[in-house]
This record gives sequence, C-alpha cells and structure tokens, in this order.
Amino acid sequence: MKRRDVLKNIALTSVGVATAATGAKADPALNEEELSAKKKKKSPLAGRTQAEADRDAKLLSETFFTPAEMATITILCDIILPADATSGSASQAGVPAFIEFIAKDMPQQQTPLRGGLMWLENQSRKRFGAGFAAISPAQRIQIVEDIAYPEKATPAMKQGTAFFNLMRDLTMTGFYTTEMGFKDLGYIGNQPNVWQGVPEEVLKQFGF
Amino acid sequence: MSIQIKEEPKQYDVVIVGSGAGGGMAAYTLAKAGAKVCLLEAGGYYDPADPQYVTQLKAPWESPRRGAGTTRAFGDFDAAWGGWQIDGEPYTTVKGTEFHWFRSRMLGGRTNHWGRISLRFGPDDFRRGSLSGIGDDWPITYDDMKPYYDKVDRLIGIFGSVENFPNEPDGIFLPPPKPRLHELMIQKAAKGIGIPVIPSRLSILTQKINDERGVCFYCHQCNRGCVAYADFSSSSVLVIPALKTGNLTLQNHAMVREVLTDPQTGLCTGVSYVDTRTREEIQVKAKVVVLAASACESARLLLNSKSGRFPQGLANSSGVIGKYLNDSTGAGRQGFIPALMNRKRYNEDGVGGMHVYTPWWLNNNKLDFARGYHIEYGGGMNMPGYGFGMGMQNMNGKYAYADGNTHPAGGYGSRLKEDARRFFGAYVGFAGRGEPIPLESNYCEIDPDKVDKYGIPVLRFHYKWSDHEIKQAKHMQETFAQIIDAMGGTPVGDFKPSAENNYGLAAPGQIIHEIGTVRMGKNSGKSALNEWQQAHDVKNLFVVDAAPFVSQGDKNVTWTILASAMRTSEYIIDQVKANKL
Ligand SMILES: Cc1cc2nc3c(=O)[nH]c(=O)nc-3n(C[C@H](O)[C@H](O)[C@H](O)COP(=O)(O)OP(=O)(O)OC[C@H]3O[C@@H](n4cnc5c(N)ncnc54)[C@H](O)[C@@H]3O)c2cc1C
Ligand code: SF4
Repeated sequence: MKRRDVLKNIALTSVGVATAATGAKADPALNEEELSAKKKKKSPLAGRTQAEADRDAKLLSETFFTPAEMATITILCDIILPADATSGSASQAGVPAFIEFIAKDMPQQQTPLRGGLMWLENQSRKRFGAGFAAISPAQRIQIVEDIAYPEKATPAMKQGTAFFNLMRDLTMTGFYTTEMGFKDLGYIGNQPNVWQGVPEEVLKQFGF
Repeated sequence: MSIQIKEEPKQYDVVIVGSGAGGGMAAYTLAKAGAKVCLLEAGGYYDPADPQYVTQLKAPWESPRRGAGTTRAFGDFDAAWGGWQIDGEPYTTVKGTEFHWFRSRMLGGRTNHWGRISLRFGPDDFRRGSLSGIGDDWPITYDDMKPYYDKVDRLIGIFGSVENFPNEPDGIFLPPPKPRLHELMIQKAAKGIGIPVIPSRLSILTQKINDERGVCFYCHQCNRGCVAYADFSSSSVLVIPALKTGNLTLQNHAMVREVLTDPQTGLCTGVSYVDTRTREEIQVKAKVVVLAASACESARLLLNSKSGRFPQGLANSSGVIGKYLNDSTGAGRQGFIPALMNRKRYNEDGVGGMHVYTPWWLNNNKLDFARGYHIEYGGGMNMPGYGFGMGMQNMNGKYAYADGNTHPAGGYGSRLKEDARRFFGAYVGFAGRGEPIPLESNYCEIDPDKVDKYGIPVLRFHYKWSDHEIKQAKHMQETFAQIIDAMGGTPVGDFKPSAENNYGLAAPGQIIHEIGTVRMGKNSGKSALNEWQQAHDVKNLFVVDAAPFVSQGDKNVTWTILASAMRTSEYIIDQVKANKL
C-alpha cells in the first residue's frame, strides 16, 4: 500500500495500525459528504499556506551560487561526508543543492558562505597558486586540516575555521535529513505503529 | 473613501469571537444545546484531516529547508499559521520591558499545534492569595470546577495515571503510554534524589472513545495536527462536530474590531468585524456576546470597544482590563548521557510529547520563592530535522570512538558519520514551567499611536519579572543539574546559569501561557468579570479564554480554559432558560 493510502485509511479508521494494514471499512462518522469531498480534492499546497508556497517557489526559481562556487561547495561537502562502507557521500545525498537553498532562504548565511568560499579560494591561491577546485586532493586536505579543528587552529586560520564549522553544520543536517541519512543513522520512526514500551533486551541491557 | 457597513439581517442567540480552546468549547456546548451560534474566526479554515493542510508523517526532505523555522516559528511542518510576528498585525512594548506574543490565525487557534499537556489545577491553585499572602484568590474553588474538568476529560479524552498526588488532582484517564528509555533513566535517577516522576497527562487517545475519532498511532507529531483526530485540537474535536449540529455558523477571515452596545440599555447587541479578504465591515447581531480571542486579544477588543457610556472601554469601570497579565515562567537545560551512546535502534517515537513528567513536589514555605513549577522532559531517538548534527565540534572531541581513540574536536570524514550515529538519542531535555506572581504593573494597553492593517488600535505591553520568578528559575536550574548528575551525564553547551542571565528564565510571553487580562472576582471595583466569567457591567457579555483567570498555577492553562468555557456556556444556557439573559 502506498503511504498515501495508509494515511487515508488511518484517518478513517479508529484502531490505527491494525486496521490500516487490513484496509478495513471507513468510519461513517468521518465519511460525511462534505469531509470526503474535501479529502478527494488533491491539494497543491500540501501543508503550506499560499504565501509560504509562493515564497518557496520563488526561492527555488532563483540561483545564488555561481557554478564555480557550487563546484567548491560540492568538493567540501564530500570531504566532510565522503562515501564509505555505511553510506554514500554528501553530494550523492543532494547536500550541495540543500546549501544553495538555505543561502536563499536564510539571507544571513549568504555573507558567511560566500565570504568563506572566497577566503578558501584565496588561501588556495596563496599556498598552491590555483583555486580550491583546481588544486590536488592532497593539497585540499592540507588546507582543510588547518581549519577543521577549532581547538587547534592557529589565529591566522580562525576565519577559515568558522567557515568550516558552518559547512560541517549544513552538511551534517543536509545529509541526515535525507533517506540516505536516515538509513545511515538507523532512524526507523515516522510511520504508524503501536508503542509498547522499551524492547525487553534493551531494558535488560540497562538494568530495568 | 466611504466605508459601507453591512449588517447581517439575522440575529443569533450567541456570537463567539475566536475558535481556539475557549471559543471552540463555547461553540460546541452552546450549539449542542440548540442555541443558534455564530463563530467568528480571524484566520482561515483548517481541518487536520484535509490533505491540503496535512504535514503529518512528512519526511524532512519534503521541505526544501528540512523543516527549519524560517517562515513558521516551530518549523515548516508545525500546524500554526502565525507566529511571534504577523504581517500587518504589530504590537509594541514599553521601553525597558519585554513581552512576546504568539498568535495563530486559523480555525482552532493555537490548539492545533499545542503540546497537549493537559493539567487540571489543584485546590490550592485557586487560593494562592490566602495560602501565601501574595496574590489573590479566585472567586471559585476546585469544587466548582471539578465537575467540568471531569466532563472535559470524558468529552475530549486524556491519558494519565491515578497518583493521589497533593494538589495534582487525578482525572478520568485513559491508559498512559509506557516510558521511553531515557524517561525510565530520569525516573530512576530523580527518585534517588527525592524528585517524583509520574506518567504525563496529555489529551491524546490511547484508546477509542467514540466513532468520530481514531486512536493514536504513535508518530510523535501532535504539533503537526492529527489526521486521525487522535489528539485534541479545537478544530477537529469541537468546531467540526459542532458544525454538524446545524446550529453553528462559522465565519472565517472575520477579524472582530469591537463589541457593539446599545447606548440606552448598556447591553451588547453584537460585534463588528472586518472581512480580511475583502476589507468589508460587517456587523453581526446577537443576544449574547462571548469573547474567546485569547487573553490579550480579548482585552484589546474590550479596550477598543469605547463608547459614551463606556469611555474606558467596555466592561472596564474597574479599570482593571489589561492588568495582571502573566505568563508561565520557563527555563531549560540539556544533558548528555554517555550511557545512552551507541544505542540499539527501534522505533521510539511514541506520542507527540513526553510520557512522564514531574509535578511540583516541594513546599514553598521552605524556599525563597513563592510558587512552584513542574518539569517537562524531552529526548529519544527523534526524527532528524534542520539542526541535526550541528555543533558536532562541541561534542566529538570529548568521547573516545569505537576503536578506543579520541580525536581533536571538529574534523571531517567518516568519523562524523560515526558521531551522528553514536550520539543519536543520547541527549535529554529539561523544561521547567512555573507559576508567576500576577502583578498589576504587568499589563497590556492600547498603544495610543498605532493601528494594524485593519485600522484597529494595537496592544502595547509592559512586563517585568519579579524576584520570585528569577529565584524559581535558579531552583529549576539546580534541579536539572542534580538530575543530569544523578544520571551520570553532563550539561550540554556553554550556558552557565547565573544572576546575569536570570538563570535562563525565558522572557515574558515566550512560554505562551499568557492569562489574567480580564480578571474575574467578587468585587466589581477590582475585577471585570464575576465568577461566571460574565461582565459585572454588561450582563450579556462573557469571556471564555484565559483572560478571566486570576492566576495560572504551575499547570499549563488550556485544560482549565476548556473546563471554565464549558462551565460558562452551561451557565448561559441556564440563564437563557430562566429568562435572565
Ligand atoms: C507551541 C505551543 C505549545 C503549547 N503547549 C501547551 C500545552 O502543552 N498545554 C497547555 O495547556 N497549553 C499549551 N499552549 C498554550 C495553548 O495553546 C493556549 O493556552 C490555548 O490555545 C489558548 O486558547 P484560547 O482559546 O485562549 O486562544 P487561541 O487558541 O489562541 O485561539 C484564539 C483564536 O481567536 C482568533 N482571534 C483572535 N483575535 C480575533 C479577532 N479580533 N476576531 C476574530 N478572531 C480572533 C485567533 O485567530 C485564534 O484562532 C501551547 C502554546 C504553544 C504556542
Ligand atoms: S502522536 Fe498520536 S495523537 Fe499525536 S499526531 Fe501522532 S498519531 Fe496523532
């Protein structure tokens, strides 16, 4: 059963999960003409107010970062969360596009992000004579090592550290709020179920 | 420009302003009793089961900002259309004071996304004045309210447990959900230091109570509204059923400007509202006017309803309207519990709120502040949303990885994935919610200079905490630290509670339990309403939100709004039957 259908059945029945799975008959009380007519109407808004939907559409139609900036963001995201034995990389999870959206949605992030990218570009040119996207992976890591550890960073690297913290924050959130992130984490909620308390073996493990 | 005022020809028995907890209950009770009722709601229509509004069970990736609070204060999926600021509906504060005002503009008001924490007041909560010598008593007692609390429990449904706990009266409860793991750990740790932790009391259906509503399917998302109507929202549980009686006329997009009175009799004749879509001015006539626009908004309406006969605003011969504004105190802390690292995964969502809480357990005679607080708990393996995994550099340098090694804070690469996994569900949250002292010097009034986009004069707030609230917050922080310590955890973050930061005491209004602005009382010189929430000055005018409340206990007030709105509605019915209205 598609998620939509599960939901519909739950809305119309009274025993949650059990009946949802069997697709039992709808509850007459909620089946009134007016209500069911409304339910059939597919909505383009889906939980947004008109003003919010308009704003989202406008932001999605705009572009903030240049292609060169996006290339650097993608490289950084994948340094922060690379593909490994457990899950894919940040860019495979669509994190760069998420960061692009956040920059438009939260204008206060535009200067730290764009400025931070420029800072990085400048470091890269000074140290290796080319922009961050053009230097070798090993050279990139040399710079990243200098800005990835806030407690160890030298005063000259502090601004770079602040930028890297921001990139780490957005990459983590951007990754773990995707299906790939859910799988990596092992989050298995957000679905109809019946809570029956902490599983027995966990109770035991914790001495309850 | 000439404004044409449209008069609706029909005269209703009752017109109600606002469809939140108070207005929904009044509409339900009066319509069921056969009265012809008109319900005016400033916001749009909302039904949590209608797909066009549904956000329940959406995954974070269905929001381009992953549910961040850019346009909605509590995030994209929260069922609140409104927030701390609403375009074109400003409010102001007197310099040097602070107040934050959360409003929802929708059918059901703020009951669509509220926390469902449904606490009755106890007997002492109605008589704090005489018990402590500070503040005032209510004109009614717990015994007056008990039958209505019971009826509300039965009508709406609430889970909880019978505890016989002092001043925490038991209700008519459905079975509570079992505690989550961190809740068991809190319970155990708190018990060891003399702090009780009991099943919470939330208006969520863990069992079927009627054919119109479903049972909770444990999605942890009550704040998004429930397609199964398994939690309490005024929209789904009161207004929509009331509409089915045929006695209720619901008018959305109706922003009431003022209450109309007959200069001869001094009685209300109805209200005047602006249609927010057309900006038309429309008058609705009714024999009885019931205000339920939320505490501050009802005060604003009365203060704005000035006339030759009521120069200080309607029902305000005492001058008390707007005064004694008070909000719950609030302070919070987070703890990190190493024992919870690398937990076994299972679906721990549970209901849309805590499964256990701590009622006020101490005696204020032995403390340096006058009123109590309760503790709400958070934690668990919750669904990630915007903010997940942020600030990792503050945590990941402190704890060894699976291979036994420690690495410098921050970093990059696969270790960050291990961080996300090992810290998942290892945090607990503490939120104290306490009773403030209602003060005459904390008030809202009409701003002399400003109007909103409908030309309605706006509110100006004046609010300062007293020493009692600050000391209470200090005590909360000490308690949280003790429990975190007893759990073997450490407080999270750089925050150090101190006098400089008021021990983290939330600014007035931020806890969103504002009450008290149209006080009830026996003395008409000191209160605006009598013990039935009926205006002393105007007998066919009632207020049924939290504005009439003399104090708010350390109990979130909504269950009391529901019970007292039902009580007043039944009184209205009796008075009409007795030809007294
Ligand atoms: C995040 C959050 C969590 C909360 N959790 C809890 C909790 O766990 N327990 C608890 O007890 N309480 C809780 N509360 C508080 C609870 O929501 C309120 O106490 C309750 O909703 C108040 O009901 P009300 O009827 O007074 O007003 P509201 O629910 O605010 O409804 C007022 C309605 O009147 C309408 N209105 C206003 N002005 C006008 C006008 N001029 N004309 C026409 N209509 C108008 C508004 O649009 C609104 O729909 C919470 C609140 C928030 C925001
Ligand atoms: S937790 Fe239960 S009552 Fe709350 S929204 Fe989910 S299913 Fe509905």
